[in-house]
Formats: sequence, C-alpha cells, structure tokens
Amino acid sequence: MKRFAELLELLALTPSRNRKIAALSTYFSDVPDPDRGYALAILTGALSFKNVKPAMLREVVLEEVDPNLFAMSYDYVGDLGETIALIWPHQETAEDLPSLTKLIDLFNTTPKADLPRLIAALLTRPSTNERWALVKLATGALRIGVSARLAKTALADYGGKELQDIEEVWHGLTPPYGELFAWLDGKTGRPEINHTARFHPLMLSNPIDEDKDLAKLAPSEFAAEWKWDGIRVQLILGSGRASLFSRTGDDIAAAFPDIVDNVSGEAVLDGELLVGHDLMPATFNDLQQRLNRKIANQKHLTDFPAFIRVYDMLFDGQNDIRSLPWLERRRHLAGWLQANPQSRLDLSTVIPFKDWDELARIRRQGADEHGHEGVMLKLMSSPYVPGRPKGLWFKWKRDPNVLDAILMYAQRGHGKRSSYYSDYTFGVWKGNEIVPIGKAYFGFTDEELRRLDKWVRAHTVQAFGPVREVEKQLVFEVAFDSAQESKRHKSGVALRFPRINRIRWDKPAAEAATLADVELLIDAT
Amino acid sequence: MAVPFLERNLRITPIDTFIDPPQPRARAIITHGHADHARSGHDAVLATPDTVAIMKTRYGENCARSFQALEFGQPLQIDGVTVTLYPAGHILGSAQVLLEYKGQRIVVTGDYKRLHDRTAQPFELVQCDLLVTEATFGLPVFQHPDPKAETSRLLRSLSQEPERSHVVGCYALGKAQRMISLIRECGYHDPIYLHGAMVRLCDLYEQHGVPLGELRQATGTAKGELAGKIIIAPPSALKDRWSRRLADPVLAMASGWMSVKQRARQSLVELPLVISDHCDWNELRQTIAECGAETIWVTHGREDALVYYCQGQGLIAEPLNIQAYEDGPEDAGGDETGDAAEGRAA
Ligand SMILES: [Zn+2]
Ligand SMILES: [Zn+2]
Repeated sequence: MKRFAELLELLALTPSRNRKIAALSTYFSDVPDPDRGYALAILTGALSFKNVKPAMLREVVLEEVDPNLFAMSYDYVGDLGETIALIWPHQETAEDLPSLTKLIDLFNTTPKADLPRLIAALLTRPSTNERWALVKLATGALRIGVSARLAKTALADYGGKELQDIEEVWHGLTPPYGELFAWLDGKTGRPEINHTARFHPLMLSNPIDEDKDLAKLAPSEFAAEWKWDGIRVQLILGSGRASLFSRTGDDIAAAFPDIVDNVSGEAVLDGELLVGHDLMPATFNDLQQRLNRKIANQKHLTDFPAFIRVYDMLFDGQNDIRSLPWLERRRHLAGWLQANPQSRLDLSTVIPFKDWDELARIRRQGADEHGHEGVMLKLMSSPYVPGRPKGLWFKWKRDPNVLDAILMYAQRGHGKRSSYYSDYTFGVWKGNEIVPIGKAYFGFTDEELRRLDKWVRAHTVQAFGPVREVEKQLVFEVAFDSAQESKRHKSGVALRFPRINRIRWDKPAAEAATLADVELLIDAT
Repeated sequence: MAVPFLERNLRITPIDTFIDPPQPRARAIITHGHADHARSGHDAVLATPDTVAIMKTRYGENCARSFQALEFGQPLQIDGVTVTLYPAGHILGSAQVLLEYKGQRIVVTGDYKRLHDRTAQPFELVQCDLLVTEATFGLPVFQHPDPKAETSRLLRSLSQEPERSHVVGCYALGKAQRMISLIRECGYHDPIYLHGAMVRLCDLYEQHGVPLGELRQATGTAKGELAGKIIIAPPSALKDRWSRRLADPVLAMASGWMSVKQRARQSLVELPLVISDHCDWNELRQTIAECGAETIWVTHGREDALVYYCQGQGLIAEPLNIQAYEDGPEDAGGDETGDAAEGRAA
C-alpha cells in the first residue's frame, strides 16, 4: 500500500504527462499481481465498494472531531477525502498498512457494522499521505488528474504494445487483470475475448473543409448518408443476449430495455440511437428525456420508444469483417437485416448523388425541410478503422442558421471571465417591442470582450444583481443549429446551440431580425 | 481579570506604545523581522539585537529614527510597565513580548513555533493572564510532520532524479536559512545554490552564528553545474522565467500550506515539503493549555476556528482583526506575506 500511496501522490502532483506514464509503467513492472491489477482498477474507476462510502467515512471522523471544526476545515480544504486524511487526530500505529489486495478484500468482506472500526484503525497511522491514499481508495473519488486513457497508454508503454491493442481487449477484462499482465509480460498470447461480451472502439469522422477537401476527393469513391441527430451506439448481439454501449464504451443497456429486449441474431452493429414512433426520429429534446435517466421508466418507454438506425457492421455472426471495405460490410449488413427481421433496427439510407454541388443542394434541402444536421461521407473502399483516421470518413454539417439580434441583458461570466460581462441575452423585433429569443456566451477575443464590456457599462439602463439591462442598440450576429417552438419562452421560439458570431457595431438596431424571420427557420420536423 | 492594559490594536495604553504596528508610530515594539510585523518609518523601535540587525539589512540603517536592542529575558521598565522579550522560535531573533503592569501579565506571541529549529532561539513558554496568539495554521487539518522527515524526502528525490535541478521555494527570511540548515543536518554537504534574493540574509544569519555550509550564487552559474543540485529560491521564482531556464527542474516548496495537495497542485509544485515556521493546530492548543491564560485573543490567520475551540474549553476568547496581516497577497502565498513581495523584487 505504501508503494501505491507514493504512486498516487506522484500522479497527483507531476504536471508532466510523460512522467506520469513512466511512473505507472515502473509501478506495473515493480509490483506483483494481483496488487498492480487492483491499482489499475482503482485508477480507471473500475472498483467500488458496496458498504464503504464517503458518508460513512465522514461519520467515522465525526466520532473523533468536533463537527464545527470539521465543517470549517472541509470548507478550507475543499476535498472531503483530503480533509479526512489531514484532520484524523490519531497517529499512534507504527505498522504498515496491509497490501492493496488485502485492503480491498477487507472492504468487501467486513460486515457493515464492523466497517467503522476497521476504517478508524486503518486511518490511525503517522503518514498523512498513506491516510490520503487510503481515503481515496475507499471513496473512489481520486481527483488526481489521471484518465482511463492515460492508464491504458501506460499499459501500452509497459508492454510495448499499441494503445489500440489495449483498447481492443480492455472492455472484455475484469480486475485484477491477470491475463492482461501475463500478455503484456510476454508470458501468454493476447487474451481471448468473446466478441459478444465486449465493446469495440468506434471509427470516427473528421469535419470536412469545403474549400480544401472537396476539390481533392472524387465523388464517385464516396457514399453519403444523413447525419442523424441522436447518439452513437454499438449494439452487440449473440448467445441470446444483447449489449448496448455508448461511443465511449459505457454500458447503457439498462436505459434502453425497449431495444435490448427486442433484438435478436448474432452481430456487432454500429448506428445512431434515436427515439420516435414507427422508426420516425423525433427531436433531440425527446431523446434527451430518455438520456437523462439511467433506468427507463414506463411512460418514457411509451412516449419516446427508442430504435437504432444502423449504418455499419463490425462482426457478422462470429466473423470479424472490419478489414473488409465499407461497400462489402454494407452488403453484409443489408443481408443480415434481411435474414434477421427486426422491429427496433432499420438501415440508414444511402443518398445517391453525382457531384459535390448536387450533394450540397441535397444537404441544404435536408436541413431546411427535415432539420438534418448534415451528411456523412464514407470512402467506399475503406476498412473499419477504430479511432479518427484521416481521409476515410467525413462529416459535412449544414451551414449554421444566422440572424441579427439585439443585445438586451448582460451578465457577469464565471471563472476567468468573472470580472467581465460575458453572458448575453438577445432578442428580435415583435412589432415595436423586442422579445428575448436566446442567451449565449461570447466566444471571441479578450480584446473584443473588453470593448463589449465597456459598452455594456456605458449603456446600462438598470442593474439587478449580476445582470445589467442595456439600451437596445447593439446588434449581434447570432448563429445557431436550429430553431424550435417553445412554450417556455415569451417569444414562442427557442434556439438550439446559439453562439455569437460577431458584433455588428455598424448595424442599426432597426435592421435586426423580426420574430417572423425566426419563425421561418423553425425546423420542419 | 481586570480590564487589560493592552488594546485590541496592540497599543499598550499606559505607555502609548504599539506592538508590530502597520502604520508608522512614535514607539513600536517589533516581534520579528518579517514584513507583516516590521515596517519602516517608526520613530523609536524596541526589538531583539537580531531583529534590529535584520531590519537594518532589509530596510536600511535609517528605517527607524532610533533603535533600542533588548536581549532575551532582560526586563525593561518603561513608566511602570515591565517589558521582557522571550524567544518565539519562529526565525532568528523572533520574540514573544511579556508585558507586566499592576500585577497583570500579558503575552503577545508574535509568530511562533515549538518544533525543533537550529536557526532560531527555541520557544520558551511564558505564564500569563491574557495570551495574544497567532493562528496562521489554526485549523485541525494542520498537523505538521517532522521537518527532518520532510527534508529527507527532498534528498531522496535528489538521488532518484540525479540529473534534475531541485529548486526549493522558500521565503527569503527564516525559511530559506532553516531549510539549508535542515539539509545540512540530514547529512548533505555539497554546495547549495542561492537565488539572488537570498544572499544578504544568508550572510546575516552566518554572521549571527548560524552555520549554513558552502553556499554559491545560482545566477551566472553554468546550467550544467546546477544539474542534480539544490537551489533555494523565493516562491515567486518558481513560476517565472528564472526557474524555467534550468534544465527540467523539480519544483519543490517548503511551507506549512503544502500539506493540502490541491494547494500544491494549484501552485504547480511537484514536491511539496511540509515545513512550517508557525505552530500547527496541536502546538497552538498545547500553548493555550500550558500558559495558564484565561483570556485568549486570536489574530494573524484562521481566528474563527481557534476562538471556537477556546470557547469550548471554557476560556474567554475573541478574534482581533488587525489589518496588517490581511492586506498582503492571498494566504496561499505562504507563511510570511511580506517576503513574497521581496522575492519578486530581487
Ligand atoms: Zn513571521
Ligand atoms: Zn506574520
């Protein structure tokens, strides 16, 4: 445990990424199994204890420390775990802490009623750093700036593998990762993992630069699909069960029983999760209702049924087809769907087009008439390459909607910009009146921010707390992804992802947009 | 207890004399040389000989119109008030002030600590009726570890990373010399390199009988010579170009604040050394219990928690809100507010 405490401290305090990786790598080579595997589990957040929780630790401490003094201390330190480690008033035990493995075993097997006494005994030792590591281990809230990705990079570094190799097996492994380390140490081959049980890293796209990229790409080599406004998922089917993962590999099956209980066959599929009746996508707002819950409720299942618009296939049955070209995989996918009829899956359509101009027209039309976010371009000869490879998949988003709006209120920002007015509410004309339609941060240079801040201070009409109402004179060019009807806003319209493109110092307020202009932009969904 | 003859701004009523006043005064008793206690511009200053020397070194020979040096433990009569200085253990020459008047005993601790330190005259406990104590580390989360154990962490890092310079951020007066002395005590006798801001005060300590071993100027030394060496610099130099010109330095910082890891991270300190020249929570409680005072005035730091604690012990306690200790840079800066500014200027 001493070694682990030292590692944690180094990881917390070393600013250099390379040095963190080196420290982890050294740790993996110095420390035997299963301790090193449990350390890895703690660092990647793969471990938690049913009965050891922050609230319980706090109670253990409050048995020994005056609650007001504890509150003042916590207020000062700002981190519960660290406050507990620093404030613990007993230090008399000289013997070392048990090993990591032994500690984890104690946390898991000690009866709940005996845990407070165990924790108190463990905390009673002279080294603050060991107490700190112990509390971090017990609560799982490390806050030391180490991501799972960094840990995996260190594993790759330690075993002389590519990060991709680690990612490939990671989701099929469990603590203390004995077979992983055996492989990294060169003692065995790569761990055999049943593909139906694990997540496969996704292939991602790059944004297209219309001016630079399009001229170099041959339209005949690319397939186009709509860019769906849902969430990217991986569906894994086999041995009579289904798993559903988000793009980061989080298991989200519990939130979508309507999908996992209604699919069958054997395959690994890539697609977009959407909600809507009869496989017709509803708005992202509706999907948001479902995403807000870790476990689905019945009303949501009825009101917002989920489905997956499938666009790629990684495994057909047991066969890994990722090395095949997109066109081939697409044929497998269509054939599989035909052989395994599904009520909750449908195939993303391919958009026919001759040249980039035509596709640009289709893209604009799709945005205006159906609210599509844009189109995806996929090189038809390309294999399925995890990560974000260059030149294979592109996303071509539609032009943002733009309108000229009038600044109404300014509010002081947060953090670094807290001394400036950097939060702005703007509106459009409705007859002779101006009605608010949105709020955005200012995304530009400090220089412009200062100028704007000065303007706000000079044109304040009224101040309420951190908010100032200003004279209705200044025009902002506001870009946004879409406009939607909204009962909550006085104007009846809400903008999605509004941002301030530029300040139109030159433009008179009378020439700003009207509510009627905005209503024209409401999605035709 | 009778009405105290000391006011809450530390004016001794019968003799119109202030202790550590932030504004220029006709008569001032100065506990020690840190800038939040010793200011220039008083008419008459009473202090220990070491503190007088420190003030003259930092602010010039004429920083007060007249100086009176008073040795530790020598009572001085001033119009019926007896003033005696006792060691505070904080830095060289630092004193607690015992005031006696009509049978009432008041002790103003100034800054103090009770842990071992070869560079300061060791703390002596003084019995009193009213104790005016500092509270820089007046929260129970502050439990300072053994300073030698902390120092050996620095030496261990030096042996583990022998190519990297180790820059230790220390306040120029007191902490720097104590750090050097601790390093020597732990058996390291190579030359230690000094940032320019440290040189005058290290010389002064040596002249006053505190041996520091071989010291060299870091500025102007070839980069290669500093690899694997210890460099003592003011905290402000950790962040500026001065330390960046060194090859891949380990940034260390010696301060009581370094026990809080989030703090250390925020200041980009890779090797925090919890070495403080102030009492920790336990030393504060010990002093309050042992000095026999029934009334405790708390100042210079986290007054609230210590006042709350004292009241819980059945003592009469109240916070003093003395401007001098509050208007320095954020307390995140370190033990001694004034020294940060000096390091920056040098
Ligand atoms: Zn001081
Ligand atoms: Zn002070």
